[in-house]
Amino acid sequence: MLSPGRARIPQKTLRSDRWWLLPTVTVIVLLSFVVYATWRAFEGAYYYASPYLSPLYSPCLATSCVPGSTDLGTPIGSWYVLSPALLILVFPLGFRMTCYYYRKAYYRSFWGSPPGCAVAEPHKKYTGETRFPLILQNSHRWFFIAGLIFNCILTFDVIIAFRNPEGQWGHMGLGTLVLLISATLLWFYSLSCHACKHIVGGRLKHFSRHPVRYRLWTLVSRLNSSHSMFAWLSLFGVAFADFYVRCLAADWFTDIRFF
Amino acid sequence: MTYDATFRVWRGDDEEGEFADYTVPVNEGEVVLDIIHRIQATQQPDLAVRWNCKAGKCGSCSAEVNGKPRLLCMTRMSTFLDTETITVTPLRTFPIIKDLVTDVSFNYEKARKVPSFTPPPGLEPGDYRMQQIDVERSQEFRKCIECFLCQNTCHVLRDHEENKPKFSGPRFLMRIAELDMHPLDTLDRKKAAQDEHGLGYCNITKCCTEVCPEHIKITDNALIPLKERVIDEKYDPLLALGRVFRKDKAKKG
Amino acid sequence: MTETQQDIERHQYDVVVIGAGGAGLRAAIEARSQGKRTAIICKSLFGKAHTVMAEGGMAAAMGNVNSHDNWQVHFRDTMRGGKFMNNWRMAELHAQESPARAWELESWGALFDRTPDGKISQRNFGGHEYPRLAHVGDRTGLEMIRTLQQEVVALQQADARDLGDYEAMIKVFPECTITQLLLDGPEDDRRIAGAFGYWRESGSFVLFEAPAVVISTGGIGKSFKVTSNSWEGTGDGLGLALRAGATLLNMEFVQFHPTGMVWPLSVKGILVTESVRGDGGVLKNSEGRRFMFDYIPDVFKAQYATTEEEGDRWYTDPENNRRPPELLPRDEVARAINSEVKAGRGSPHGGVFLDVASRLSAEVIRKKLPSMYHQFMELAGVDITKEAMEVGPTCHYVMGGIEVDPDNGATPAVPGLFSAGEAAGGMHGSNRLGGNSLSDLVVFGRRAGLGAAHYVTELDAEGSRPRVAEADIARAQQADLVPLETDAGENPYELHQDLQQTMNDLVGIIRNADELRRALERIAELKQRAKRISVTGGRRYNPGWHVALDLKNMLLVSESIARAALERQESRGGHTRDDFPKMDPKWRRVNLICSLAADGGISIRRQPLPQIPDRLLALFDRVELTKYLTAEELSHLPEENQQ
Ligand SMILES: Cc1cc2nc3c(=O)[nH]c(=O)nc-3n(C[C@H](O)[C@H](O)[C@H](O)COP(=O)(O)OP(=O)(O)OC[C@H]3O[C@@H](n4cnc5c(N)ncnc54)[C@H](O)[C@@H]3O)c2cc1C
Ligand code: SF4
Ligand code: SF4
Ligand code: FES
Ligand code: FES
Repeated sequence: MLSPGRARIPQKTLRSDRWWLLPTVTVIVLLSFVVYATWRAFEGAYYYASPYLSPLYSPCLATSCVPGSTDLGTPIGSWYVLSPALLILVFPLGFRMTCYYYRKAYYRSFWGSPPGCAVAEPHKKYTGETRFPLILQNSHRWFFIAGLIFNCILTFDVIIAFRNPEGQWGHMGLGTLVLLISATLLWFYSLSCHACKHIVGGRLKHFSRHPVRYRLWTLVSRLNSSHSMFAWLSLFGVAFADFYVRCLAADWFTDIRFF
Repeated sequence: MTYDATFRVWRGDDEEGEFADYTVPVNEGEVVLDIIHRIQATQQPDLAVRWNCKAGKCGSCSAEVNGKPRLLCMTRMSTFLDTETITVTPLRTFPIIKDLVTDVSFNYEKARKVPSFTPPPGLEPGDYRMQQIDVERSQEFRKCIECFLCQNTCHVLRDHEENKPKFSGPRFLMRIAELDMHPLDTLDRKKAAQDEHGLGYCNITKCCTEVCPEHIKITDNALIPLKERVIDEKYDPLLALGRVFRKDKAKKG
Repeated sequence: MTETQQDIERHQYDVVVIGAGGAGLRAAIEARSQGKRTAIICKSLFGKAHTVMAEGGMAAAMGNVNSHDNWQVHFRDTMRGGKFMNNWRMAELHAQESPARAWELESWGALFDRTPDGKISQRNFGGHEYPRLAHVGDRTGLEMIRTLQQEVVALQQADARDLGDYEAMIKVFPECTITQLLLDGPEDDRRIAGAFGYWRESGSFVLFEAPAVVISTGGIGKSFKVTSNSWEGTGDGLGLALRAGATLLNMEFVQFHPTGMVWPLSVKGILVTESVRGDGGVLKNSEGRRFMFDYIPDVFKAQYATTEEEGDRWYTDPENNRRPPELLPRDEVARAINSEVKAGRGSPHGGVFLDVASRLSAEVIRKKLPSMYHQFMELAGVDITKEAMEVGPTCHYVMGGIEVDPDNGATPAVPGLFSAGEAAGGMHGSNRLGGNSLSDLVVFGRRAGLGAAHYVTELDAEGSRPRVAEADIARAQQADLVPLETDAGENPYELHQDLQQTMNDLVGIIRNADELRRALERIAELKQRAKRISVTGGRRYNPGWHVALDLKNMLLVSESIARAALERQESRGGHTRDDFPKMDPKWRRVNLICSLAADGGISIRRQPLPQIPDRLLALFDRVELTKYLTAEELSHLPEENQQ
């Protein structure tokens, strides 16, 4: 910051407010999630409690998946012995890693680039997203599409959660609600995505020639302004849904059945 | 309603500089620029500060107050405690001239590098027809008063002098977005945005948006959409394939 | 450090434009397009000129919203607004050419708000019969400046492509103040040879040698305490012109905008755009009464609503109703507010209430008046969607200015000197209609640029350009350095405040002979004190020094205003005398011309106002003309006006 020609002010920042609070909280919350998710992903157990499948393990594609959790088939086969979550985790993980909002959040809080606005960053050199690996951030729209597929699958999981543990339809428990909320938040998160905004209409030069896409764009834009909120809420939603299923699967308590 | 405030103002030039403390009376409803003017009129007639309109419309009075990049004329004294020491410093990203005045010519040089508005050939003035919904996006960016607070705050420039040749900064990337969304512009500046103006350097950390006094959503509405548009052109294999196809067809047809 | 003559930075140009507001930029673009090497010089950064502050819009009879509109109607409104004191030729050119200038801006990238069929939208404004103001929300001036700025850049890009240098043909000299025009020739035939000034940044001097100079330095508001004008409004161009031997026209006409903020003190004077009223806002006194209905003058009785109901209907059905009196020309509204406050019916901080909150929904207000919403929110902590604003008159615009030829902006007295924009006089008569300035800037900016280019072409055909005399440079340099070399003298800031107070108290919105005489005495004292101004610090970016140099011009301008105001014994438009409260057709025929006398004071002479040709008078009906013209003039009217 102290480059020749500039005013000689040695302080890295003169901000007197608590600018460090937000990045600190971000680090704590994100780290907690990462620790929890890693543990759960490697655990490879307690992810199914009929009729609920944890969103971290859905779809469960390996032969080793516990009975009942493989409604979408087991194309992976029996050679695979690690936790089935690891097969699919790359998609939601990639989606969030390349998300414009999460990028902002972790660049700022983990990488300190910048730690706060008008607060000097600790790095000597900076090339941003111009080269490998960060240039891969440009793949976000593919992850967005993958994310949509996952949303469909998780929505399917919600539908089949309207059964009782014996598999009879027309029932609902607290777990159903938990999965429903988690899936809904995921939809909001995906639909408020910047790539989504671009695809539905943002790329157009003339909205007036595409009234339907303009309407969609307006809608997505409105959601988009709350994208960061959906990003956090959906993260908590998934974590909580998984936790709930784990509790049931580990028999820590039993599901509350509504009807 | 009058009280005495303590001001710490950076005074100096490109060779040296230091903070000077002033005790100045403050009246109800005043802004930081009023207090700087009072220091000028009563204590330090040669204290340099740039300003024009004192109404937040011209973008001249950019500086940093308690470390935050702000317009001096739009920073009300009532946002501070009576007992607080208020620090006023010049923009830190640009070469200093004197006291609170910096040399912002970097921005004018970058402005010159963005190819101008290019209407379709043969369209006569008076024949322009554009729909309100088609101009609204660009209109938002044209609210810019060129205060260069975003340029000053963006860490790509602020913390890395060496990036200045490669990165035009949020203000001028937004200008490219503005033209790219202009319903009657015919020039494609997307490749240039990435290759010459350094769009890839932006890591969308939104400090530009945070400091913009016009409340322009620079990152969400200009930079990210521009990134997406660049992806369409440079990094999206499907769309690239589509383009090759269309060209082929055009050639055959 | 005083640089020696040889060290002074020198530049040669064909045309030098002083001022980078709307007028200056348009002039420079034109001069450059005519193939002349052009310099643009401005006191502040490029793109910051006072024009950015214009809010409401740019008047141009495009007829996009109401197809009945055309240049004749616009001409008529302009003349009415100016109480027929306008230079008719300027008003005619302005009405005819402004649509083309608006469209031209659009072709340079301006994005005005649109009508449903995709044309430029137009809004209502005081004194305009039809919706006529092209606008972008309430930041039209910013759009104009940015568009012209970007067009200058576009030209520079073309030059870089063709000539290898961005600045080959047109260059901007920002933060550079001109303090003296330099002339060449014998005493009775002096022409422009150049301009002298200093870089604000370094304080070093710079000389521009050029045969043609366009003055487009804008207004004079900074001589008044309560003003909507920016820091630059010190009337430099008028001072420069006077000192070069040019003349000023009708300086007594100063527009006080009826609605400036009155509270907090720190923002007193900042403009509240007229669009607030154009879009439905109404004025109320402390009793809650819409007092403007009590102040409709006879000359306007026919065009304005007399009941609140009719006025309210007009917003939706302008064809069948007359407009509300809140939209009377500015001088009328300003005087009405003044009277209400004097009568004790003002708001707590000495203004009146301007209310949109009870008339439009919060959403509409935020959409249509975004900068007003923010201005009040951020500067006064007032939410205009919930509360009424407090407003009062503020010094806004000077109708008077440098006397120019209507067609090409040339000053009659000084060959090579041109002027356009607010600095030039005549176009707006005794009162300017809102929106007519932005269009004025581009119409006459272009014409002055063209005029200057032609002048240079002719001069070059004759084969000799005027030369700057070295002795003049030395003199200009010395004059500028005086405040820095004086010790322990007057504080420039204090002097400025005293001048502002004097002008506000004694040459304000309502004037009389006594007060004007007192003002002249005080100005004379201030001029004496100004000779002893001293500033501390060096030459590098030293605001104290800058104020000291600007004061010279402010004093000349203030004296011109006060003298002309004392001379004109009537009330008309932006000049109200409570000792001569009536408008007098005899005075309409008189232009007051200020020039610099040998003793450094201002001398004044009367000059006949150019006669309006019959073809233009035919646009008005006779009844209306009887309010303005003398019996003698009326008797000469052609047949069609006789009935
Ligand atoms: C708040 C406000 C709102 C307004 N709204 C409207 C509106 O809605 N519609 C409308 O038509 N009009 C409006 N006006 C009036 C209009 O904006 C001005 O009359 C107009 O902008 C003047 O433009 P200009 O080109 O003559 O000069 P300015 O824009 O005033 O520019 C003057 C230029 O001269 C330069 N200069 C001055 N002195 C020197 C010197 N000594 N040396 C070098 N450079 C110098 C300055 O730096 C500046 O670049 C408004 C005015 C105000 C104050
Ligand atoms: S969002 Fe991009 S341009 Fe804006 S401050 Fe951050 S890095 Fe700079
Ligand atoms: S975008 Fe905003 S912060 Fe940046 S220069 Fe424009 S007004 Fe200033
Ligand atoms: S931007 Fe966050 S998911 Fe796409
Ligand atoms: S002085 Fe114009 S923005 Fe502050």
